[in-house]
Amino acid sequence: MTGPSGNGPAGFGPPIAGPSGAGPMGGHGFTVPVLRLGDILLVTLQGELHDGMAEQLQQDITERIAHTRVTGVVIDISGVDIVDSFLGRVLAEIAAGAGLLAARTVLAGMRPAVAITLVELGLTLAGLRTALDVERAMEMLTAGEQDGGSP
Amino acid sequence: MHVSVSDENAEREPAAQQVSAFLERRREQIAQRWADASLFRTVFTVSRDEAVEAGRSVAAALAAVAATGRLDDIRDPGFAAVRDQLGRMAASRGRMGIGADGLADEVAALREPVTELLRAEFPDPYAPEAQECLLALTVLMGTLRLVVLETTVSAGEEVIARQREQLNEVATPVIKLWESTVAVPLIGTLDSARSQVVMESLLDAIVAERARFAILDITGVPTVDSLVAQHLMKTVAAARLMGAECIVSGIRPAIAQTIVHLGIDLGTVLTRSSLEDALAYALSRQGVEIAPVRAADAGAR
Repeated sequence: MTGPSGNGPAGFGPPIAGPSGAGPMGGHGFTVPVLRLGDILLVTLQGELHDGMAEQLQQDITERIAHTRVTGVVIDISGVDIVDSFLGRVLAEIAAGAGLLAARTVLAGMRPAVAITLVELGLTLAGLRTALDVERAMEMLTAGEQDGGSP
Repeated sequence: MHVSVSDENAEREPAAQQVSAFLERRREQIAQRWADASLFRTVFTVSRDEAVEAGRSVAAALAAVAATGRLDDIRDPGFAAVRDQLGRMAASRGRMGIGADGLADEVAALREPVTELLRAEFPDPYAPEAQECLLALTVLMGTLRLVVLETTVSAGEEVIARQREQLNEVATPVIKLWESTVAVPLIGTLDSARSQVVMESLLDAIVAERARFAILDITGVPTVDSLVAQHLMKTVAAARLMGAECIVSGIRPAIAQTIVHLGIDLGTVLTRSSLEDALAYALSRQGVEIAPVRAADAGAR
C-alpha cells in the first residue's frame, strides 16, 4: 500500500468523494472501501459480501469511473475465503460495467483454495483479467494492454 | 445365535481345556519338533535355538487361546502376543518368494507333529475323548493358519497404502525453471486424485515463487482421453484465476491426433510441442532473450 499520504482526501469512499455527490450509505451501515491511486481504483473485498453491499459497490465503482478519469480497476480478494456463484456474477458485472466506461478490471490475490473451489464449480470467470496480487495487477494496468489475461 | 455358540463351546470346553493343558505341558517338545518344520527352519536360519524359542511362544499363545475356549476366533487376544512375530515370519517367507498358498501349506504342516504328540497322550487314540481333543486341536491349528494369512494380507495392504501416498508425493514435483516461471512434469496416468494433488501443489508454487507462467509438461503421460483433458483444463483455469498463464507442453504427435479424433476442444489452453518451446514462449513474453555469448566476451572470462 502506498499509504494515505499519496492518496489524497478524495481517495476514500463515496461519503467524502466530492464529484460523485452524497452517496447513500447503503442499508447495512458500511460499504466496501474504494480507493483511488492515480489512474486506478483499488477495491478491497473482505469477508462476505451481502446483496445490498454488492449492489452498492457496483454503483460506487461505475460512478467513480464516470466522474474521475480512471483507466483501471483492481479488485483485491485476498481477504475473501469463499467465492460463490453470486460473488462470481457480481465480479463479472463490475468488469462488464467498467469495460463500458473504458476501464479495465483486474482481479487480484485469489487464494489457491478459492481457485480450486471455483474451478470445481465450473466458474472460470473467463471474462476477467487476473493477477497474483495487487502489485502485479497495478503493473499490468500501468504497462498497458500488452497483457491480455485471457488467451 | 450367540447362545447356540456358547452351548457348543460348553460341550467342547473340557476338550479345549485338555488341549490347553497339553500344549502347556508339552510346549518344549512341540517347539523342538516345530523347529524342524520348514516354516521355522527357513526363517530362523542362524540358530536353532531361535526357532525353538519362536515355536515356544506360538505354542504358549495357542494354549492361551485354547484356555478361553474360543478355538475358532482369530480376534482372540491370545494371538496378540504372537501376531507381530507371525507377521515378521510371513514377511520373511514372502521375501524368499513364497506366496500366500505356500505359506498356508507350511502352517498346515505344523499340525501333524502336534497331533501326533497328542495322540500319544491317550492309551486308546480312538476313544471318544481322544477324538474330541484331536478335533479341538485341529480347529485350533486351522485358526492359527487363518491368523497367519490375515496378518500377511493386512501387512500387504499397509504397504500398498504407503506406496500410493509416496507415489502421489513423488510424482508431482513443481520446478522453478526461471524467474517467475514454474513447471510440473507430469508422469503416469492422470486420475482425479492425482490431478487434485497436482493442482494444489502448482497453485501453492505459483504463490511461493510469484510465478507469471506455469508449464504443465505431459511428456510422461501415456494417454490423453477426455477425462485427462478435463483435468488439464481445470488446472489451467485454476492457474489463470491465480493470475498465472498456463502452457501445456509435451504433446506428442500421436496424442495431438487422439485429441483431435476425440473432438476435445483445447482451444482455451495454450499448447506447445515441447518443454523447450514452452519455456521459450514464457521467456519471450517476459522480454527475456537468450543469445550466445560472443567470442570476445567468452575469452575475457
